[in-house]
Amino acid sequence: MRKLFVFVMLFAVWLVLSGHFDPLHLAFGLVCSALVAQCSSKLLLAEVPAPHLPAAAWGAVRFLPWLLYEIFLANLHVVYLVCRPDRLRPQIVRFRTHLRGDVAKVVLGNAITLTPGTITLDIVGDEFIVHAVSDVSAASLQTGEMERRIGRALRQPAGAPPDGSGV
Amino acid sequence: MTVVGMVLVCGGVFFLVTGAVGLIRFPDIYTRMHAAGKCDTLGSLLVLTGLACHEGLVLASAKLLIVALFILITSPTATHAIARAARRNRIEGWTRGEDR
Repeated sequence: MRKLFVFVMLFAVWLVLSGHFDPLHLAFGLVCSALVAQCSSKLLLAEVPAPHLPAAAWGAVRFLPWLLYEIFLANLHVVYLVCRPDRLRPQIVRFRTHLRGDVAKVVLGNAITLTPGTITLDIVGDEFIVHAVSDVSAASLQTGEMERRIGRALRQPAGAPPDGSGV
Repeated sequence: MTVVGMVLVCGGVFFLVTGAVGLIRFPDIYTRMHAAGKCDTLGSLLVLTGLACHEGLVLASAKLLIVALFILITSPTATHAIARAARRNRIEGWTRGEDR
């Protein structure tokens, strides 16, 4: 099941990138995708249980528009700060996450780095150390909105909002 | 579709330029990472999707969208790596009140 999912994804990428639809190239693609799926399907998305893979993929698709919207807002904020550098208030925020597993944490870290004036500096166990560029950005972290959405997308139970405290 | 593409590309260029200006105006490495990391991500995303719109429904635009997705993953990773390296080397961030 997991192998099939990885195989389908790899082959789809192959089709788009090669752009040749004659039997020879299709056969190359099939063989390569099958080989890679056979050898490394255990490495890719190892933590998501196999039956949940399509649901997780669908969750990612639903999560993406919201993330893009947040990225857009984040950029407007940075643009504002570029015009008014006196509004900068750099600070380091620490909070604990309820997400389990490396994949979920990486997704959260990535999303934090992408959005409102925040960069993930380090992840130590459950604790995220985040650099925020202004008060607005730091406040947006404390709501735990992003964590909830990622948990929902990856089919993890929703936790309480993170008990974030500015340091 | 061409018009939509043009608008997206122009928006992308706007964010890229702002990112570059921020890179110069901001005081320390962390705040500069914000300017460089975020504006560049959205800027290149907009430029790529704009080009995809301009091309219309052909294979090239699918490739452009795959590149955009790739940037969505790699760009924050690079930003995080640099910021983390700075932190591990105990580089002090600028705080309010200090000279720039």
